[in-house]
Amino acid sequence: MCLAIPVKIVSIDGDQAETEIGGVRRRVSIVFTPEARVGDYVLLHTGYAIGVVDEAEAEETLKLLEEMASLSEVH
Amino acid sequence: MKFIDEYQDSKLARRLARKIAQRSTKTIRLMEFCGGHTHAILRYGIRQLVPRTIELRSGPGCPVCVTASADLDKAIALAKLPGVIITTFGDMIRVPGSYSSLQRVRAEGADVRVVYSTIDAVEIAKANPGNSVIFIGIGFETTAPTVAASILKARHDRARNFYVLSLNKLTPPVMKALLDSGETKLDGIVCPGHVSVIIGSHPYEFIPRDYGVACVISGFEPLDILLCIDRLVEQIERGEPKVEIAYPRGVKPEGNKKARELMDDVFEIGEANWRGIGIVPGSGLKIRGKYEQFDADKVFSVSLKPSREPGGCRCGDVIRGAAIPLECQLFNKVCTPESPVGPCMVSSEGACAAYYQYGSPEGVPGL
Repeated sequence: MCLAIPVKIVSIDGDQAETEIGGVRRRVSIVFTPEARVGDYVLLHTGYAIGVVDEAEAEETLKLLEEMASLSEVH
Repeated sequence: MKFIDEYQDSKLARRLARKIAQRSTKTIRLMEFCGGHTHAILRYGIRQLVPRTIELRSGPGCPVCVTASADLDKAIALAKLPGVIITTFGDMIRVPGSYSSLQRVRAEGADVRVVYSTIDAVEIAKANPGNSVIFIGIGFETTAPTVAASILKARHDRARNFYVLSLNKLTPPVMKALLDSGETKLDGIVCPGHVSVIIGSHPYEFIPRDYGVACVISGFEPLDILLCIDRLVEQIERGEPKVEIAYPRGVKPEGNKKARELMDDVFEIGEANWRGIGIVPGSGLKIRGKYEQFDADKVFSVSLKPSREPGGCRCGDVIRGAAIPLECQLFNKVCTPESPVGPCMVSSEGACAAYYQYGSPEGVPGL
């Protein structure tokens, strides 16, 4: 129900966007994410983009996970 | 797929689990609020991966499951009205009410349609101007803005035959109700990631402050959940509970203001009836008076017999985190996904369905 998946915006037309994930295209409402731009990833929930994925934070989390896992090897 | 696959690395997951085991000395109980987390935890074997010191309990985070029988009965009664088309999300139609289900009344001739999005429900109204199209609004803060948007779209598109039965619910007030009851002692909460995309992290701050319970907002991939558990364990070991975001690629402290503005325009806060919990003040979303022409509760009246719960079903206990599905006498005996007795076995997000599909008694602490 609260499922949301990251999809990439390929074009924007008003408060609608054409998005793509795994080769599948889907039209979504960006009424909640007016800041979304072409190339951004948004979290798609039941036909609406509910948030823009923060790519820098995504990288930071992956780095943090790697660091934490390497600490577990040391101790 | 980007932002999904890289958070599913099984080798990294095992190393993280070892780190959690090194850190964890206290025996603790965590509750994952969200049904999406329950499914991910069971699907990826996270219960078995984390040390025995950590117990994971499912909470009231499956919208279909927490819908009270009386509210289901109302939806079913609305479906029987002449000229009505009911639209709702998939799992709702199979959930048994007190006397019937939407699926059963559909087989008996009612027009009940499953939609992917609230936008589709408005489109059905526009395509069927001679009918009354009622959307059964379920879901938490993730979904409530989309229900609000459907009412605004119906107004914009002059779809005057579109209505919403709002059964939408709010997360922090029910967390408070569970903590106040003290029935299930909790040390930490795996806070729902996509609810938090909308509400941000601030609404949880009363939980560590007033109850001393750690709160970490989690994403839905296995590494996200392990990171969340690691943060919770660290907070609890240190005795310093607070609200943390372990899903910063999706969640900002302030949440999504635009979505909340639309939600606040359409809805006001009222009470809600939760299966297994009862009436929780301030946990429901009611349609504001200025949009009452879209409010199925105001426009239609149906008479209802007193609601009743299925005999022997412990969905209510499972929803409160007072029992796990394996403790229910009906589980996997008379209650299976093919022939479900209660909503927790019906919904793809229900704890019973998750335990049935992925669970095993091994690795479940306390059994």
